Amino acid sequence: MLDQSEFAFNELRHLVSERAIKGETMLLNMGPQHPSTHGVLRLLLELDGEIVVNCFPDIGFLHTGIEKNMEAKSYEKAAVMTDRLDYLNNLGNNLVYCMAIEKLADLDVPVRAQAIRVILTELQRISSHLVWLGTHTLDLAAISVFWYTFRERELILDINEMVSGQRMMTTYFRPGGLWRDVPVEFENAVRDFIKIFPQRIKEYEAMLSENPIFIERTKDIGILKAEDAIHWGVTGPSLRATGVEHDLRKVDPYSGYEQYEFDVPTQTDGDTYARYLVRMEEMRQSLRIVQQALDKLPYGPVRSNNRKFVPPPRSELGTSMEAVIHHFKLWTDGFDMPEGSVYEATESPRGVLGVYLESDGGPKPFRVHWRTPSFDNLQILPKLAKGHLVADLVALMGTTDFVLGDIDR
Amino acid sequence: MNKELKKATSALVERYSVELREFRGQTNLIVSAENIIEVCQTLRDEFGFNFLEVETAVDYWPQQEPRFHVIYQLYSIEKHIRIGLRVHVSGVSPSMPTLVGLFANANWREREIWDMFGIRFEGHPDLRRILMPHDWQGHPLRKDYPLGYEEVQFTFNAEEIDRDKPYAEE
Amino acid sequence: MGIEQKAGDLGAVTIRLEQAVNWARTYAMWPMLFGLACCAIEMMAGQAAKHDMSRFGMELMRATPRQSDLMIISGRVTRKMAPVLRLLYDQMPDPKWVVSMGDCASCGGIFNNYAIVQGVDEIMPVDVYVAGCPPRPEALVHGILTLHEKVRGETLKTWA
Repeated sequence: MLDQSEFAFNELRHLVSERAIKGETMLLNMGPQHPSTHGVLRLLLELDGEIVVNCFPDIGFLHTGIEKNMEAKSYEKAAVMTDRLDYLNNLGNNLVYCMAIEKLADLDVPVRAQAIRVILTELQRISSHLVWLGTHTLDLAAISVFWYTFRERELILDINEMVSGQRMMTTYFRPGGLWRDVPVEFENAVRDFIKIFPQRIKEYEAMLSENPIFIERTKDIGILKAEDAIHWGVTGPSLRATGVEHDLRKVDPYSGYEQYEFDVPTQTDGDTYARYLVRMEEMRQSLRIVQQALDKLPYGPVRSNNRKFVPPPRSELGTSMEAVIHHFKLWTDGFDMPEGSVYEATESPRGVLGVYLESDGGPKPFRVHWRTPSFDNLQILPKLAKGHLVADLVALMGTTDFVLGDIDR
Repeated sequence: MNKELKKATSALVERYSVELREFRGQTNLIVSAENIIEVCQTLRDEFGFNFLEVETAVDYWPQQEPRFHVIYQLYSIEKHIRIGLRVHVSGVSPSMPTLVGLFANANWREREIWDMFGIRFEGHPDLRRILMPHDWQGHPLRKDYPLGYEEVQFTFNAEEIDRDKPYAEE
Repeated sequence: MGIEQKAGDLGAVTIRLEQAVNWARTYAMWPMLFGLACCAIEMMAGQAAKHDMSRFGMELMRATPRQSDLMIISGRVTRKMAPVLRLLYDQMPDPKWVVSMGDCASCGGIFNNYAIVQGVDEIMPVDVYVAGCPPRPEALVHGILTLHEKVRGETLKTWA
């Protein structure tokens, strides 16, 4: 470990200020194992007493090589790995990967599948914001909110389990639609959730929004201006809290979002409290979308009929020779994609999540690149933290809402 | 194609002789490495593409000329349009000019391309490894870098693999 | 009848030394707060209200290795993180136990490539492996209870 810190000092000599080399300010390592870095993030802090002069994030402690590993597997097998990228937004990752495949292969998606995709993705957004709220307030020492939010999250995980059998890593969205249709209990479970959840949001707001300690720890901390946010590539609730109304579900709708009415919450202050208000309101709007989608849910098939990409139902295998041939090809090699490259982007709870997919005509992806929102959202942390106390740095790490699986891939 | 996008692409094709390609409704321009900074500056200042969404690279080994393609996606927040750029980089000592002066989030993205592919960016203030450990040899996402996987243990080779695997005792 | 009855009336109880020490160790085993990736979220859900791990003695998670007994490695371990992990393990005082939670920590999981350590037992000795991707909180609790049984079976010879 000694040579790591020597190396760090030599490599970063050109980045730290003169005062650190003279010994006036202290260099402190907020290491990979720390209760309030949400995940394995290493921050090298330059401190003047308790005030942060500069901070250097060191990432890569969770780099899994997913992009290279996906090049070695066929398209449908690689879909299993997409859940594990941003592990709080599993279905969202599935969705953008399937959208990229569908765009490149020109595959149709039935309307029932699109509506169910919207319902589950919005529930996933609510669940991700609940984890954010629980862990952010846990760092700010409002520990009771943690228990409440995880209680609500259990309801959403039960819905996930009912639909696909797995609580978190479901891989429920497949190219062409869904894996299988939702069971009959799905509608009642979602309706029960819609009935009780607004009251629960009111409970959280009653605990936090007017709380003088919470306000003092979050107001005017980490102020971000709109031009800086766009210049640094920040997206998601952090951008909407600076006043820019940019939500890909509204400006560039995908998967049937244009049929549903919802607002995009914005604030103008750009500080931590504004980001908190934006995310709380987003939970309410997501609930609105789920309600509308559930009311308008159409009947029909849930996966495309294109046998080149979607396996035929087992009942056909006894009667049709083409079905057997398609089944064999899909199960041994995987489907062949046309040559070319596409870029698809969606709105994840953290910002713009995009996939750049390039194919060379074979059954394995030639290059998959994930444009993840937390990578850019973290770059701005040193700028926000200048001049604040270490305790404020903890609040800032919670409010930028990054997930290390997203950053390191 | 969108009207605004058409204006931007026709102006660029005139001034910098870039190649225009359209596929599945998405616009891509093939730009040369000498022009990339001016093209991005024009797109940002004149046509309002003020957001760098994607910056990544693709490796086409064993083809050496060009071996890498560097891909950019620029987005306009006000007009909601997206444009893709592609630059050919050769495989022999690959290098590119940096975009840090125009878009601040290019900083970490170019560090990632250096780490994963080995493409140098001239003018970058701080080019060092970002995802791999600082003393790692090689550039993992290149096609001639092996995946590095461990053989799967089935019943017939389980003992053989177990013998060579390093288990920690204490 | 016998000495237990008489001593019980006087307020004293007899027990073997091993039983007493193992009882104390299992019922107040504090894990180190060490979540790496997705399994960490299920570990937090295991600590939360629905599946409550405090019932089994894991009242709170200590962030510092110097004050914890148990290290639950939840999530994938990369080659960059491996030396840090070993350092934390060495900083924990004896007696200490390790639970490898999830497929990635036990055997490398679905990621068989250059960046992931194929099983954390390449770095440190593991007591209990919990399978799953991610394992349900109930599965983690079952793993912890298995560890408790293992600890209760320890004798003077294993301590020495």
